[in-house]
Amino acid sequence: MRDGLFTMATDGSARLLGGWCGTCGERHFPSTASCPYCSAEDVTEAPLSPTGTLWSWTAVTAPPPGYGGEVPFGFGVVELPERIRVITRITEADPARLRRGQVMRLEIVPLHRGEDDRPVVTYAFGPDER
Amino acid sequence: MSAADVEIAGVGIHPFGRFDAKSVTEMGVAAVRASMAEAGVGRGGFQAAFCGTAYGGVAAGHKVLDALGMTGMPIFDVEAGCASGAAALILAADAIRAGQHDTALVYGIEKMPRGIIRSSFFEPWREEAGLAATPAYFALRAQRLMHESGVTLDHLAQVVVKNRRHGVENPAAMFRRAVSAEEVLASRVVCEPLRLWMLCSPNEGAAAVVLRRSAGRSGRPVKVVAAVLRSHLPGNVLSEATPMSGRVDDSIPPPTTLAARAAYETAGLGPSDLDVVECQDTDAARELLSYEELGLCPRGDAGKTVEDGATEMDGRLPVNPSGGLLSKGEPLGASALGQVVELTLQLRGDAGPRQVQGARTGLAHTVGRGANASVVLLNR
Ligand SMILES: [Zn+2]
Repeated sequence: MRDGLFTMATDGSARLLGGWCGTCGERHFPSTASCPYCSAEDVTEAPLSPTGTLWSWTAVTAPPPGYGGEVPFGFGVVELPERIRVITRITEADPARLRRGQVMRLEIVPLHRGEDDRPVVTYAFGPDER
Repeated sequence: MSAADVEIAGVGIHPFGRFDAKSVTEMGVAAVRASMAEAGVGRGGFQAAFCGTAYGGVAAGHKVLDALGMTGMPIFDVEAGCASGAAALILAADAIRAGQHDTALVYGIEKMPRGIIRSSFFEPWREEAGLAATPAYFALRAQRLMHESGVTLDHLAQVVVKNRRHGVENPAAMFRRAVSAEEVLASRVVCEPLRLWMLCSPNEGAAAVVLRRSAGRSGRPVKVVAAVLRSHLPGNVLSEATPMSGRVDDSIPPPTTLAARAAYETAGLGPSDLDVVECQDTDAARELLSYEELGLCPRGDAGKTVEDGATEMDGRLPVNPSGGLLSKGEPLGASALGQVVELTLQLRGDAGPRQVQGARTGLAHTVGRGANASVVLLNR
């Protein structure tokens, strides 16, 4: 899909790769060359916490433009301990089964089959079962 | 010179809807001709032209004046998402105020593709991951408004019922049938909590306004007392800029609030001075959010405001007497000027069966991709 969005450790645990600005201290996702808050260039790539809390959510019922995966799928905003909110797919597509403040954990999920029939994966947050 | 020096000499509109047999240029020509006729301005009667469009393509504004054999003056094509038409008007008004021109033509034209809008705004990977789902971002904003302002599903339906009822009387609207709350709630869920009828339809249309330096004519012309554009500040994850991340901070003022504050200050007016409002209702929740962001009601009171009927035709402050985008549909580049056309009719007392009695001061608001918000204040 795109490199640099997330990393996978050998134990299979995933982390989103954020940007951490050395000038203003703000974090953002995905990491960009210039800080989207103060325009400084000393941005360091830094993994974000794999768990957070659900802040807003919905379900997408019709395929959006340019999307070849399945519908419906969950979609929302998860708040991470680094004090940032991240737009993400949600593994639960029934909004009634989600609640505000629910603990969510990052997962890497299949999206669709790409060229050469290779699976394309993406990040998503799902209810933390641990 | 003060902001009161720009007046509206004429307005024209090509109805908003679907017109398969017409080109976007033809619709623009119809609106431009109507506005010029009303203003009593002929060929060569203005010194600059400003065209708002998002999907019109290269030099779309030139094509309209080409068709009329009226080129030669500077023609500016302006893209600012849903605020494109307002951005064009702001440039024209500022140029007149600065003494650059006596008269300027402003028009907005659009022929939107059918279906969910594909925008070059989103990066390819976001599209591939399903994260370019425009209605889903509207839905996330709606959910937050429900959490934070006590807005209910019934309130969302009420906004649609109100605007569709208003739209019945507007010949320029796409949908002219009143609907019931039950029908709205029974329409297909697009993105919870938003039902299909709570979302406006992208469509086609054009609107035009002739602006001129005020010559202190009799008959109290409609004047542009403020015309302001503001963009978003970084940090709000649900702003129309649709960033991938934002800060845990709910105090960041949205672009609508920034534009409204600047416009009120420029005009020396406040929300309590308004008689009529046309505001962005791309979805039902967006209208309620606009009440709060424009200062039409206190924060947290949006649901109550629509419930009390305050924004109905006979309420304290009628909002979207034209039927809003929920009735008219949204041709992006034309929508903001469509609002200005409506307010001009309202302030002149020419709005017929949808007239807001005694309206003298009006506010037009758009906010869209980018994110840009516009606030235009008119008074008579
Ligand atoms: Zn920074």
